[in-house]
Amino acid sequence: MTLRVLAAMSGGVDSAVAAARIAEAGHDVTGVHLALSKNPQSYRTGARGCCTVEDSRDARRAADVIGIPFYIWDMAERFHHDVVEDFVSEYAAGRTPNPCLRCNEKIKFEAVLDRALALGFDAVATGHYARVTADGTLSRAVDPVKDQSYVLGVLTREQLGRAMFPLGDTPKAAVREEAARRGLFVADKPDSHDVCFIADGDTRGFLRERLGPAAGPIVDSTGEVIGSHDGAYAYTVGQRKGLGVGRTPDGRPRYVLSIEPVSNTVTVGSREMLEVTEITAERPIWSGLRVPPATPITCGVQLRAHGEAYGCRVVLDGGRIRIALDRSASGVAAGQAAVFYDGDVVLGSATISAAT
Amino acid sequence: MVYLDHAATTPMLAQAVEAMTAELGQVGNASSLHSSGRRARRIVEESRETIAAALGTRPSEVVFTSGGTEADNLAIKGLYWSRHRADSRRRRVLISAIEHHAVLDPAAWLGESAGAEVTLLDVDQHGRLDPETLRAAIGDDPGGIALISVMWANNEVGTVQPIPELAEIAAGYGIPLHTDAVQAVGKLPISLSGGVDALTVSGHKLGGPLGVGALLLARGVADPVPVLHGGGQERDVRSGTLDTPAIAGFAAAVRFAVEHREATAARLTALRDDLVARVRQAVPDVILNGHPGDRLPGNAHFSFPGCEGDALLMLLDAKGVECSTGSACSAGVAQPSHVLLAMGADAVRARGSLRFSLGHTSTAADVDELVRVIPGVVERARRAGVG
Repeated sequence: MTLRVLAAMSGGVDSAVAAARIAEAGHDVTGVHLALSKNPQSYRTGARGCCTVEDSRDARRAADVIGIPFYIWDMAERFHHDVVEDFVSEYAAGRTPNPCLRCNEKIKFEAVLDRALALGFDAVATGHYARVTADGTLSRAVDPVKDQSYVLGVLTREQLGRAMFPLGDTPKAAVREEAARRGLFVADKPDSHDVCFIADGDTRGFLRERLGPAAGPIVDSTGEVIGSHDGAYAYTVGQRKGLGVGRTPDGRPRYVLSIEPVSNTVTVGSREMLEVTEITAERPIWSGLRVPPATPITCGVQLRAHGEAYGCRVVLDGGRIRIALDRSASGVAAGQAAVFYDGDVVLGSATISAAT
Repeated sequence: MVYLDHAATTPMLAQAVEAMTAELGQVGNASSLHSSGRRARRIVEESRETIAAALGTRPSEVVFTSGGTEADNLAIKGLYWSRHRADSRRRRVLISAIEHHAVLDPAAWLGESAGAEVTLLDVDQHGRLDPETLRAAIGDDPGGIALISVMWANNEVGTVQPIPELAEIAAGYGIPLHTDAVQAVGKLPISLSGGVDALTVSGHKLGGPLGVGALLLARGVADPVPVLHGGGQERDVRSGTLDTPAIAGFAAAVRFAVEHREATAARLTALRDDLVARVRQAVPDVILNGHPGDRLPGNAHFSFPGCEGDALLMLLDAKGVECSTGSACSAGVAQPSHVLLAMGADAVRARGSLRFSLGHTSTAADVDELVRVIPGVVERARRAGVG
C-alpha cells in the first residue's frame, strides 16, 4: 500500500537515507526540515546535524537528489517552549533532562505528527536507529552502538503506529555507504551530538545565563558543609570533577549524590553511595503492552542514553513505579527516563524521580 | 502542471529564445576592437536601442545589469553615494514600506554603514502610497534628501503605485526618484518620463532570460557611484563583460512584451477576475489583498482565514498547482510578509496568504483546475490550523 509519508530531514546522513529508502519503497514521500530557531545562527553552527541554515540547505539538496518535494516547517516556538524551556526548568528543579527524548515526544511525534496527519499524511519517518515491529511495538536497532530506542521510549503506541524508522535494520557504516552510493553528498557529514541548541556545548554557561547565579552549599553525606556552589543547576548526579571541595575529611573523592532545589543544596558522597538499587519513577507509558501490568513484572531497564541495561523487577504503586535492580547502578539522575525492555522490545518508559 | 507563479519567473518567449540561442554559439566580447567584438557590440547596441524605444527613453540611458536586484542596488546605493558626495547634507532615503528586499535591504544597509537616515513611507490598507504621504515626509527639508524609491507595482499584492504623481512631487523638489518596475514592464504603460529618474527592469519577469536586467537612468541625473568596479563598461557605471546572448534575448522579450502589452493585459485581467470570482465562490471567507481595481493584470493575492500559507502551498503543490506565499524566500523559514503587515494585516492573516500570478502561458484551464482543487485544500489546511 502506498502511504503518504512525511520524512523529517535534519540535513544529516541518516534522515536523508531514511527518506530515500521510503521513496524507493514506493511511498509518496515529502521531505520536511524542522526550523527550530527563529534565528538559525543562534543554535549550533557548522555541520553538526541540526538547526543551522547549512543543515536546511543540506536537507533540501538531499531531497532534490532523492526527487521528493521539500519544505521547511517553522517549529521554533514549539521547540523553544517544549524543549528549551523544559530543559532549563528541569535543571532548575534539580533534575537532569534529556532534550532529545523531549524533542521526539513533543516535537517530532506530537507537533509535527499532528500537523502531518491533519494535512493528510499517514506517517512520519525519521532517521532514528530503532525498529517498529509488525505488532506495533518499538524495538532496538540491529546496530547496538547506534540504537536510539531509548530516546524514543517515551512514544505511545498511537505515536509508534504512525512512525517509520527505516534504518533500524542497518548498521551505521552501511548507511554511510548507501548514502554515498545514492549520491547523497551528506554521506561524510559528522554525526550530531551534544545538545543542539547550546551553540558552544557549554551547558553550564547556557544555564547560568538563563537562571543566573544562585549560591548555595555543597554538603557531604554526613551533613557537614564542605564547599559552596554558585548554581546547583551546574551539577549532575554522578559528577566528580569541578566540585571544588578541596580536600575532603576522609581524603577520598566526592561525587554528586543529589540536588535539592528548594534549599539549593548539592549533596555529595563517596563513590559507593552513588550506587543505587531502588528507583522510583513517574508518568509511565506502556507502549509495548496492551494494558499496564497488573502484577509485578521482570524485565530489563535502561537508565540513560547509550547506558547499559539492568535486570529488574517493576512494581506499579498507584501512578508511580518502583524499580528494584538486580545489581546496583551508579549515577542515576532524576529527570532521566527509565526505559523497560523485554529483550530488544521496548515495553514502556517512565521518568525517574528518585533513586536509593 | 498548473503554473500560477509567473511573478516569480515566467517562461521565456519564443522570440527571446530565438534571439538568445542565435548568439550563444558566437564569439565576441562587445568591448573588443576587432570584428568579432564589433559584431557582438552591434547586437548589444541594437538591443539597447530596442529597449530604449520600448520604454520611452534613449539608448544612452540604458545600463545593463545582471538583473533586477543588481539594478536596484545600483540605484539605491549608487545614487545615495553620488548625491551625498555632491552635498553632504543629503542623508535621507525615502522608500515605501512595501518595497522588495532588493530595495529595502540596500537602504537598510546604507542606514547601518553609511550614515543614511531611511524613512519607510506608510501605505494604506490596499498597499498604496498616498502622494501626500511622500510630500509630508519630504517636509521642509528637501535639501536633506538623497533619493526616493517607490516600486511601480508591488510584487506580492499587485497594487499599482501612483508613480506619475509621486514623480511630479519629487521633480518639484529636484530629488531623484527611482522606481522598481520589475513587475510592471509589459503589463502597464511604463516609461522613463515625467520625473522618473531611474527605473529597474528585469529580463526573466517579462519572458526574457534569467540573469539580465537594466537600470534606466534619465539624462540629467548624476551618475550613480558604481557598485561593481572594473573594466569600465556601461559608461563606467557598471563594469563587467556584457552578456551578449542574454541581452539579445532580453531585448527581444521587452519588445514583444511591450508591443503586445494591451492585449496581454486585457486577457490576463479577464482571466484573473474570473479566478478571483470563482475562488471567492469556492471559499466564501477568503480575503482579496491589494487594491481591488488598480493592480497588476495577472495578480490575485488572498488570505485564507484559519489556514497557514505554507500548508496551502504544500497541498496545492501535491495537486500539481504551483503558486507562492509571497516573494520567494531563500532562507526557508516563513516570515509574515512585510507588505501585508504594512497594509495593516495581523501576522496570522499575513501568514495565511497565497499569491497566484498569471502570465503569457496561462489559460482558462489553469483557473479551472485551481478552482477544482482549492476547496479540498483549504479544508485540509484548516484542519491543520494555524501554528
